[in-house]
Amino acid sequence: MKRLSRYRKHRFASPLALLFALFLIGTTFSVANASSPKASASLSRSAAVDEGRQIFLKGCSSCHGLNAEGGKIAPSLLGVGAASVDFQVGTGRMPMADMSVQAMRKKPLYNPDQVAALANYVASLAPGPGIPGDEIMVYERDGNTAQGGELFRTNCAMCHNFAGQGGALSQGKYAPTVMGADAKTIYEAMITGPQSMPVFSDRIITPAEKLSIIKWIKGAEVEPALGGAALGRVGPVTEGLLVWTFGLGLLIGIAVWLTTKVR
Amino acid sequence: MSTGEKALGSVANYVDERTGAAAWMKKNLNKVFPDHWSFMLGEVTLYSFIILLLSGTFLTFWFDPSQREVLYEGEYQPLNGLKMSAAYASTLHISFDIRGGLLMRQIHHWAALLFMAAMIAHLLRIFFTGAFRKPREFNWIIGVGLVTLGIVEGFLGYSLPDDLLSGTGIRIAEAILQAIPVVGTYLAFFAFGGAFPGEAFIPRIFTVHVLLLPGIFLALITVHLMLVWYQKHTQFPGPGRTEKNVVGYSLMPIYMAKAGGFFFIVFGVTAFLSTVASINPIWLYGPYTPGQISAGSQPDWYMGWLDGLVRMSPPIETHAFGHTISWNILIPGLIVPGILFTGMALYPFIESWLTGDKREHHLLDRPRNVPNRTALGAMSLTFIVVTVINGGNDIIATNFSLTINQIMWASRIGIFVLPPLAFVITKRLCLSLQRADRDLVLHGKESGTLLRLPHGEFVEVHQPLNAHETFALTQHEQKPALVLPTFDDHGVKRPRAMLNKWRTRMSSAVSEQIQKPTPDDMKEIEHH
Amino acid sequence: MSREVAPLSDPGLPDHVHRKADTDPIAEKKAERQVALFFAFSALGTILFIYSYLFIHHDLFIFIPILGSTNAHQLFLGLGLTCSLLFIGMGAVHWAKYLMPDNEVIAHRHEFRSPENERADFIATVKEGAAASGLGRRSIIKRSLALSMGLVGLSPLLLLRDLGPLPEKQLETTSWKTGTRLVTDPGNRPIKPADLEVGAVAQVLPELVEGQERILNNIGKDAVLLIRLRPEEFQLSPERLSWTHEGIIAFSKICSHMGCAVALYEQQTKHLLCPCHQSTFDVPRAAKVIFGPAARPLPQLAITLDSEGYLIAKQPFTEPVGPSFWERSS
Repeated sequence: MKRLSRYRKHRFASPLALLFALFLIGTTFSVANASSPKASASLSRSAAVDEGRQIFLKGCSSCHGLNAEGGKIAPSLLGVGAASVDFQVGTGRMPMADMSVQAMRKKPLYNPDQVAALANYVASLAPGPGIPGDEIMVYERDGNTAQGGELFRTNCAMCHNFAGQGGALSQGKYAPTVMGADAKTIYEAMITGPQSMPVFSDRIITPAEKLSIIKWIKGAEVEPALGGAALGRVGPVTEGLLVWTFGLGLLIGIAVWLTTKVR
Repeated sequence: MSTGEKALGSVANYVDERTGAAAWMKKNLNKVFPDHWSFMLGEVTLYSFIILLLSGTFLTFWFDPSQREVLYEGEYQPLNGLKMSAAYASTLHISFDIRGGLLMRQIHHWAALLFMAAMIAHLLRIFFTGAFRKPREFNWIIGVGLVTLGIVEGFLGYSLPDDLLSGTGIRIAEAILQAIPVVGTYLAFFAFGGAFPGEAFIPRIFTVHVLLLPGIFLALITVHLMLVWYQKHTQFPGPGRTEKNVVGYSLMPIYMAKAGGFFFIVFGVTAFLSTVASINPIWLYGPYTPGQISAGSQPDWYMGWLDGLVRMSPPIETHAFGHTISWNILIPGLIVPGILFTGMALYPFIESWLTGDKREHHLLDRPRNVPNRTALGAMSLTFIVVTVINGGNDIIATNFSLTINQIMWASRIGIFVLPPLAFVITKRLCLSLQRADRDLVLHGKESGTLLRLPHGEFVEVHQPLNAHETFALTQHEQKPALVLPTFDDHGVKRPRAMLNKWRTRMSSAVSEQIQKPTPDDMKEIEHH
Repeated sequence: MSREVAPLSDPGLPDHVHRKADTDPIAEKKAERQVALFFAFSALGTILFIYSYLFIHHDLFIFIPILGSTNAHQLFLGLGLTCSLLFIGMGAVHWAKYLMPDNEVIAHRHEFRSPENERADFIATVKEGAAASGLGRRSIIKRSLALSMGLVGLSPLLLLRDLGPLPEKQLETTSWKTGTRLVTDPGNRPIKPADLEVGAVAQVLPELVEGQERILNNIGKDAVLLIRLRPEEFQLSPERLSWTHEGIIAFSKICSHMGCAVALYEQQTKHLLCPCHQSTFDVPRAAKVIFGPAARPLPQLAITLDSEGYLIAKQPFTEPVGPSFWERSS
């Protein structure tokens, strides 16, 4: 964004840049943390699979079945792939807190090592999409924001809203906001199609196009207030609410002041 | 005499020598306007209209009302290199390349929302105080016309930028046109210059939006205001205020300063809203294409009731003799709004027919003193509120942990159950308030002072109202219901007996009242 | 019920109470200074506006609590305008309230109805005028006038005829022909069944023929949604089942209700939801309407494979896509 890049030069920008840098360092560490067990896992893959199996039997098998074959209330996990496990468990959606219509994002129950072990275990049962590595998460370099926006509006906006704020589905289900979700999570969601979300195959939306979508989302996330408070970016409903409460409310208040007698 | 006063004096002299308008001008400068906050709602509407004219003119300097496809290479990077219509690209240009352009766009849009909100609030004030009664029925009809035009004008306005949200709105408008039996398809093809979306619609609605409708608006507003001027403003009842006078402040200088100042205040508040709150961020919506859609696609608030009605409509279509009638569009999109607006326009005549009241009224009603009308207003308002809520059901569902389906079913049932309920409750409430007024007049205000009687009982001392307060609570007239006997004095059955019977019954419902204190009651109190 | 009751006697307007500024010169001076202060604030607002317009670069962003990172140019321009307008108004109102005379004036009203003799004269004039024109007697003129007045409105209406072409068969046809390849939107890449996993969707359009351009009129009719289910999940008639391919089913994305893009696919429940009016379609049952105002299922596009293994349309849509219209036969 030309506008953004120019305002980076401004004096207010340096504290912001510092914050951003801190944020980057923070995420790098957490990404590094997440990826390090994978490196060690390759050393002793079978050990990790075993550890994952133990966690699975304790935490998941009551619903998903002893061999992840699925049950009455939960789907089979055969072939869902490591990416799916990383998405569901890594964002705290699984294990579910209760049997509500939809698993929501919450604080993860397992640490990154345990998530990786679980993912390894599930991936070992049947082949499925793998966790995207850092090497392909180069959306800042390879993505095209405008193209990403177009893809987002064609494939994502109908559920996640034009600005990625999320929206309602039928029967109380909802598409969550994509703001604040990290790039890997977004990527995993597209290739695995968690819960209500359909799968966006790599031949339909290519990996390069997926990176463009992520770049657009990340851009929308930090887009400054161009015209004032964003009002939730949900369209005209909040605008109408504001004009009746604040707008007309304030003017009626002033009209009362205007017509009261002074002493 | 100061130089300023001298200068104004010579201007007055100059004008009169050329027009001979001295007597007429003097009379009008001394015109009296009563003061009440609710009388300012119409002014808010008028001032937002002026703001709309000013800001709208500014926007036309750069807006390109064309659906020709262009490649965007502008300031807003997330859309750079995309194909879009010239209308959308020029709106981006106004927002990001013209200094103050985004501010003016937001002022225009906020002023439009405010225009409609103030108009509806003004309409409610007129309705609930009975200001539409003779001799002002004609102005009421003009008002209903202005509301209708306002909705259309607003819809056309937010359709102009050709963004994804407004394009969806146009798509729906086209479907409504297309649903009209027999001629619908032709109407749609004529309006759009062919199949949807075509390249003709936005240039066409631009002319309608900036020329035709504002012209009609100006004409109607002028007549509306001239009638207010000529018929003189209504006033709330009170001591010293009668059907034969107007009590208030003169135009020059008080109302010139107050109303003139209020224009700047309305403009200032609109500018403030436009500074701190974003509206219609078209750059986030993206350019329109029929293959895309956003979750939570909503119209602006004044169309929300229509959208809510369409959403709750049952899935009924009839196919017969090789033709299709879409009741699921016709009923909520055309028939129900048609009934609502016709009923609204005819209401003054219906009421005067039921009360048999053909006199002039310049004193306003306190809403509680006309329970039936107030209840009817509450009922209509409830109807609209239910539809508006359903119009935003997806946003409400996600924010209040409800489901779309629950809200939809609640409004499908609520639309039939809640308005009559609101009618009954409001009517009872009005009658209770009348009873409270009666008690207040007869027994006075609670003073908060407790008195212990000799035998130990505690009573609260009531303070009688003064003459002004008593008058304000008892000045209203309580007309008896119409009596239209089935047989006339000669024992001959009158024509249209059924109609008369029904009219009598309705009339007695309309005039249901709590008996206000009579002068005899008052005398009796004085003896105590 | 109620009976008419004589009103109580009107005690008349309450006595006028003087304001402090009317009697106390100090209060009057104070009010005067306040008004002047309001006007001065307005002038400062205009100066802020001019300064922001000329000197605050429109790419400058600053951090404001609640609003977040905000465009400073827009913000200060707006605040300047707000102050310059609001304070003029506040000053004027303050002036009127505190310093201009505040005793209420009484103006008299007269009934609009004219005195009886004038009314009679007026009505007589109208009648005379009507009689002089002979409208009542000359019925041939009356009728021919009614005829011409009735017809004169037709000319402007007729002039509107060229606003658009006749619909012909445009609403009933799309670009889908037998053998048209399905390509991704955006991207225009042809699709093989293996490209779609179970649970995957694809937004597709017909492949462009040489020299053809993608125009919105076509997208508005041609947009199709491709969904892959497990073949055993379908509950379709044998004919409709033959329109699917290896569990891949194609529906028009244009809502059968009001034409919004119905692309909101819930993978678990296999429902399609329209975000405009919440019509819900059940994909395994040929997009049967299970909720909301839509009355017809989404039209299904029959698909198959071409010799190269790409998905193609087996035949055009068998019914018009999009919202209903009068000429639609089913």
